[in-house]
Amino acid sequence: MSENSYVGIVAPQIAHFNEPLTLKSGQVLPQFNLIYETYGELNADKSNAVMICHALSGHHHVAGKHHEDDKNPGWWDNLIGPGKPLDTNKFFVIGLNNLGGCHGSSGPLSTNPDTDRPWGATFPIVTVEDWVNSQARLADFLGIKQLAAVLGGSLGGMQALQWAIAYPERMRHALVIASAPNLTAQNIAFNEVARQAIITDPEFYEGDYFNHGVLPRRGLRIARMLGHITYLSDDAMGAKFGRKLRDGIIKYGFDVEFEMESYLRYQGDKFAGEFDANTYLRMTRALDYFDPAFEYGGDLSLALAKVTADFLVVSFTSDWRFSPARSREIVKALLDNELSVSYAEVTAAHGHDAFLMPDAHYHNIMRAYFAKTEV
Amino acid sequence: MGNLEKNIALNAENRADFELIAKWISPNAKVLDLGCGDGALLTKLRKTHNVRAYGVEKDDANWLKAMNNGIDVIQMDLESGLSGFEAQSFDVVILSQTLQAVLNTEAIVKEMLRVGREVIVTFPNFGYWRYRFQLALAGHMPVSDTLPYQWYDTPNVHLCTIQDFDEFCRKSDIVIQERLVLNDKEAVHFMPNIMGALAMYRLRAK
Repeated sequence: MSENSYVGIVAPQIAHFNEPLTLKSGQVLPQFNLIYETYGELNADKSNAVMICHALSGHHHVAGKHHEDDKNPGWWDNLIGPGKPLDTNKFFVIGLNNLGGCHGSSGPLSTNPDTDRPWGATFPIVTVEDWVNSQARLADFLGIKQLAAVLGGSLGGMQALQWAIAYPERMRHALVIASAPNLTAQNIAFNEVARQAIITDPEFYEGDYFNHGVLPRRGLRIARMLGHITYLSDDAMGAKFGRKLRDGIIKYGFDVEFEMESYLRYQGDKFAGEFDANTYLRMTRALDYFDPAFEYGGDLSLALAKVTADFLVVSFTSDWRFSPARSREIVKALLDNELSVSYAEVTAAHGHDAFLMPDAHYHNIMRAYFAKTEV
Repeated sequence: MGNLEKNIALNAENRADFELIAKWISPNAKVLDLGCGDGALLTKLRKTHNVRAYGVEKDDANWLKAMNNGIDVIQMDLESGLSGFEAQSFDVVILSQTLQAVLNTEAIVKEMLRVGREVIVTFPNFGYWRYRFQLALAGHMPVSDTLPYQWYDTPNVHLCTIQDFDEFCRKSDIVIQERLVLNDKEAVHFMPNIMGALAMYRLRAK
């Protein structure tokens, strides 16, 4: 990607909200912060804003770099920038960290204003609905009455769908990528194993690890290793690692011998060093709980009855964690409501992670959709 | 020329059957075009009949063209059925010049009749005299502008004649509301199964 397609050096900002937010659980957040970044210019009509909703481990830093030597640009930098599929010459793009996150928004790592101590395990359980309500507050804060689009992959796609359900008058397009209308039992099972890895870590201390001066790194590491297995396809793993041995020989031990093990341990260690365990537990629970059809006897079409947004739904053939069949359920419910929907099933080898990859056809789809999105 | 390019060329040529399909569509109808290609038919029907249009397309390149043409397009393989569509949820379901290329022909026609209150099917008539001649006299599988493939690379696995399709409808309790046979854009009334190159049917379930 050429240099001029890059949004440049960006700096996060913090929006503070004094109005209490009643959560789905019934708990009330008396006040909260959301950390966010923006790319491109908000037009005079304030009609060109696109909200990016992040997935399990995502955050507000979606595109650009924080400083010249920043090794890692934002997590969706390949999609967002001048001349890129989501073109910042046309759109004003907003990335934020969700409530309960660990990257600067109110969450387990932030200070509970009532106690002046970190929330830690006492931070409430937040849901996709709560996130979307807080995101609507952020749109208010930025003076945006109606978003041109809400875009998200995986758990982010659930938020885009929830936006369309909760705020039909406040957004025109929803882009739901590699997502699902709820989690399958198998998906909840994976989340539960991840949570058990964290919760049973002796250094978890029921989430109160900070006060014990430790971190449940082992648990978080295993949770992430498990996650990584499910984000990749068998074929992608086979192509990338196969049965390759790191040193070329079997050593008859339990240290790293296969490249696959090396990769998983690396990913696990890296993640355990930078993510918060209490946040991880909350993010997985938000995934588990999301089920807009539940209140409608399982009828997703009824749940979407008030939706007015146009939709783009995209799935990836090798994604077994959020399979194409789950995306087709969303499409069916949208069709039942005679809404405008296009659905693409992208042939991709990378599994669930494909939604973050710069596949040419996938990006052409995104480019085409955003090109026809009026501002 | 690959099959894809041939299909696109075919699409462009078949504007003639588009004109006639349009005559069978009511204004403001909700229309599903199976194998919509670049969305040319639906684009036309939206302009002339203000239809609520949805397309189904399997091919990536065509899907993208349809999207760029502003069509709501669902990517799926017809062979897996139309379970993503509710029964009787469309006024018209169209299968234009694709019937001959599907494997589960009977199942797909039944699915179309489930989803659409009315079904429009068009296909090349394999009983057309030129095809009969090519097979009977020249001794090889017919090749023409509308069937530009060799036997070894053709996507057309279920070629049939008008007579065959009439019998299929009779056996399957399908009501033929209207039938139109064309040769070079002209309606054929005399010996249609021999003189007609293209068959168009307007169907409904009994």
